[in-house]
Amino acid sequence: MCGIVGLFLKNRALESKLGELFEPMLLEMTQRGPDSTGFAIYRDPVPAGTVKLVLQHAAPDFDWSHVAALLTERFKADVDYRRIHTHCLLKLAAAEGAVRQYLHEALPAVAVVSAGQHIEIYKEVGLPGEVANSFGLKAMRGSHLIGHTRMATESAVTTAGSHPFSTGSDLCLVHNGSLSNHNRLRRKLEKAGAVFHTENDSEVAAQFFDIQMRQGASLEQALRNALTELDGFYTFTIGTSDGFAVLRDPIACKPAVMAETDDWVAMASEYRAIARLPGVASARLWEPEPATVYVWEGSGAAGRQLGSGPLAKAS
Amino acid sequence: MTAERVFDLSTHTVRELNQALHDVAGGTPSRFKVVNAMGDHALAVGIDAAVQVEIHGHVGYYCAGMNKHAVVTVHGNAATGLAENIMSGCVRVKGNASQSAAATGRGGLVVIEGDASARCGISMKGVDIVVHGSVGHMSAFMAQKGRLVVCGDAGAALGDSIYEAELYVRGKLADLGADCEEKEMTAEHRASLGILLREAAVDLDPGEFRRFGSARRLYHFNIDHADAY
Repeated sequence: MCGIVGLFLKNRALESKLGELFEPMLLEMTQRGPDSTGFAIYRDPVPAGTVKLVLQHAAPDFDWSHVAALLTERFKADVDYRRIHTHCLLKLAAAEGAVRQYLHEALPAVAVVSAGQHIEIYKEVGLPGEVANSFGLKAMRGSHLIGHTRMATESAVTTAGSHPFSTGSDLCLVHNGSLSNHNRLRRKLEKAGAVFHTENDSEVAAQFFDIQMRQGASLEQALRNALTELDGFYTFTIGTSDGFAVLRDPIACKPAVMAETDDWVAMASEYRAIARLPGVASARLWEPEPATVYVWEGSGAAGRQLGSGPLAKAS
Repeated sequence: MTAERVFDLSTHTVRELNQALHDVAGGTPSRFKVVNAMGDHALAVGIDAAVQVEIHGHVGYYCAGMNKHAVVTVHGNAATGLAENIMSGCVRVKGNASQSAAATGRGGLVVIEGDASARCGISMKGVDIVVHGSVGHMSAFMAQKGRLVVCGDAGAALGDSIYEAELYVRGKLADLGADCEEKEMTAEHRASLGILLREAAVDLDPGEFRRFGSARRLYHFNIDHADAY
């Protein structure tokens, strides 16, 4: 099943309330996904040349100062780090790729949950209420948040198998559904340089979007390409440093509802998740069309609805 | 007239509402008003009495499912599976309905004043469905009996794998599904459609609709093709 929710602020004055507005949305989706929970928040961008990472280790009392010391020595840079529940938020002036490479070789038990200049992902096995509380979601400020409550189907219930999935560069993806061509696509993406960390089908989709955009595609173009390359059931919500997008497959079995006001854009698997947002009574409320790309980019951005259902004959 | 009972879903549970609706003694007309529906699932499900239920707010999945005799009105939008397997009575939605509205419905009337999305009337078995707006793809998929009336446009693959049912479309049709074909609109069809439109409070001329139904090539065994099996 799974539940997905997203909240993108158009009115920057609401940024201090982002976590407070978003947490009830995530909790409302508990019934749809009680196995694991995760969210990606876009906030506090670091300057160019600096990378922000969220790391995770299976041991709850893992000594993150050790990781910071190793990184300081390796990159000759100050490392700013902070434990957040089972994760660690860490910033240093170095290239993302080089840091990833080093961590992969020197500290293979440390997982890179997210990396970029804006994005921070926190995810863990457990009920949405417990996970949100453990990471202090409610108090978080930022520009947009994307969350997922998982009912596992394709792979094991683990932290790594939880959503959102991010393969780098501020992009993240949450998925409700299952992909049928993920094995073949995985091999194809590996040839293009993708390194996979799980057996999860949704990670394949995240890598697909990441590689598309690294190769120069816009978010919108990457989504259009997904319609021809990805086979299966999906409702995706995707975040980038300043963007937010929603895409449903042509059959559209997996639910989605969207709402937009002058202040925010919200998406959820079910209306009840957005029913308590301020101003929802006068919001534009709609069900995203199958095989149609919805994109918002930049603060105060007007949403763009692109494409049309491929089941309808091309006119 | 009996007094109206009010259920505020910010203080009452869905279970309390549905139990009260199930406890209505047959034959005693009653009125129920439900307020603060916030997308809750399974509202007013399984009613078996001639009650009138007015629901204010948007409703979640399976609203008014299995309805018998009751008249249920939703002053808002409805999520997946509105009036699923309706047996009789009437379910009316003032807004839009999501996927699979009136799925497997056996009787009664479902009116959607806005649009209905994909698979409206899937596997319908006798229900009448009137959509003031448009319907999404794969509507009336495997329809067996009843009428689906679309005052707006119909999405792709209308009536795919249809057995029997009458489909009427006033606006644009994306395309027809397998074994669904256009049928002649006779005076008899216009007359019966006119009665249904009046019942659904739609002020439109039945002459503006096209009729579609089963070509009966898919589900009939053809003895001349026995060698092929």
